[in-house]
Amino acid sequence: MNLRGIWAIYHFEMSRWKRTLWQSLVAPVMTTTLYFVVFGAAIGGRMSAVDGVSYGAFIVPGLIMLTVFTQSLSNASFGIYFPQFSGTIYEILSAPLSPLEIVIGYVGAAATKSILLGLIILVTGSFFVTLDIHHPVSMALYLVLISLTFSLFGFIIGIWAQNFEQLQFFPMLVVTPLTFLGGAFYSIDMLPENWQTVALFNPVVYLISGFRWCFYGSGDVGIDISLLCTAGFLIGGLLWVRWIFHTGYRLKQ
Amino acid sequence: MTDASVLTISGLHKRYASGLDALRDINLEIRSGEIFALLGPNGAGKTTLISTICGIVSPSSGTITVGGHDHRRAYREARKLIGLVPQELHTEAFESVQHTVAYSRGLFGLPPSPAHIEKVLRDLSLWDKRDEQIRRLSGGMKRRVMIAKALAHEPRILFLDEPTAGVDVELRRNLWDQVHQLRRDGVTVVLTTHYIEEAQEMADRVGVINQGHIILVEEKQALMRSLGKRVLRLHLEAPLAEIPAELADWSLVLESEGQELVFRFDAAQGRQRIPDLLNRVHMLGITYTDLNTSESSLEDIFVELVSAPKDKATA
Repeated sequence: MNLRGIWAIYHFEMSRWKRTLWQSLVAPVMTTTLYFVVFGAAIGGRMSAVDGVSYGAFIVPGLIMLTVFTQSLSNASFGIYFPQFSGTIYEILSAPLSPLEIVIGYVGAAATKSILLGLIILVTGSFFVTLDIHHPVSMALYLVLISLTFSLFGFIIGIWAQNFEQLQFFPMLVVTPLTFLGGAFYSIDMLPENWQTVALFNPVVYLISGFRWCFYGSGDVGIDISLLCTAGFLIGGLLWVRWIFHTGYRLKQ
Repeated sequence: MTDASVLTISGLHKRYASGLDALRDINLEIRSGEIFALLGPNGAGKTTLISTICGIVSPSSGTITVGGHDHRRAYREARKLIGLVPQELHTEAFESVQHTVAYSRGLFGLPPSPAHIEKVLRDLSLWDKRDEQIRRLSGGMKRRVMIAKALAHEPRILFLDEPTAGVDVELRRNLWDQVHQLRRDGVTVVLTTHYIEEAQEMADRVGVINQGHIILVEEKQALMRSLGKRVLRLHLEAPLAEIPAELADWSLVLESEGQELVFRFDAAQGRQRIPDLLNRVHMLGITYTDLNTSESSLEDIFVELVSAPKDKATA
């Protein structure tokens, strides 16, 4: 295995992140703080507890997931899209790197950034609400799993996209709405019964529910279903990437 | 594969999804330590051939071995031996020169070697710019950064795709000197070019590719003898009825109703004969108002090669 090659890509991607630290780190933290101020302090104070958890604390897992989903997609897709856009992808393709090594380098770096962002939002949240995490180890593992899965999807989007607009399409127009409708800010029990059934078709519900279980010991669906769903996404993403490299889709002619 | 060959291509064919056959039955051997120039017009298949060898384009059929390693089954070993400088200036704009070269070395799985990076940057006159962001460099310097990146992992074969396209004369000379130096360091160099002058200056052997076929591979000297035609035209003050016997050695012809005295010669040999010819013309009292020289363009050569009988191809 070309470990030095993987490290070169990983290090390069992390350096790129450091160069745009303001955009990468401060913007999501500021946005999250605004969510806490609006939903936690201003509106949350007038709302009753959800499943025995104060509303401000209830939205913390959803907020972390929202950021992790969108940042994983954005970072990983940009990471692989930009070398294609600028032409420097030639170097990656002509280096003695296997497809798996290329994926580990790019996806690993994007996932690292998301995990760090998730933890920073967690710390930011702890300034506004009292957090009592029931399953901290599971929470950490779930954060890693979700970051990897969505970074993998981001990598696929980065290869698929042919312009910057397409790059923004999934994080902005697919994942953000699905997250808002997927129980980031409410429990789906709060929806009318018909809408609860509709909500169960939204895959993001299972992901947020699993993460919330790690925090408060209960979710919209069982943790086993959430884990199964997350694992399914990860395996699906891996098979997709394998197909991309096998066929050379958008990478090789 | 002979003992001396570092790259062997057999029966290589590439058909793009569009149905275009970019490479057709390419057979080629590159000898260790040589400078090989691949000539061809736009769209001939030069870049596709290089990209296929380097792993960027997948071949439809055929085999490529690099240093004895199959480029697909043993791609790691094969690619480690290859350095690629593409035609376009693809660089990471915000990276420093030193970092981008070190990054390239890392991609090829080699441990960091500040000493080697320093040597490469010094050889390419980039050491003073090592901490500069690439976007701040001139086009010529970016070209050299790309060569430095390709040399970062100490390859045995360096592919230069149109290294001097759009480059000024001084830098072109500079690049030629660097390529000669690389050869002295034991690196085999394969370059593509539009310029026959470039092939003439640098190459040991020349290959000509057209419409995906390699139509000729020959030692440079032999190619220049057969293809490098030059023409000297003297515009005479008064027309001549016939060519004086004293000028018979030069096989001259009269054109434009005796107004132009024309000398056609091989670029490799005839250049030295021009001063003698002009002296003799002067001694004979023939006066001319203007003179100019021209050489057969690459386009002329391609027309000649494409229409030439098959037995000319020695690939």
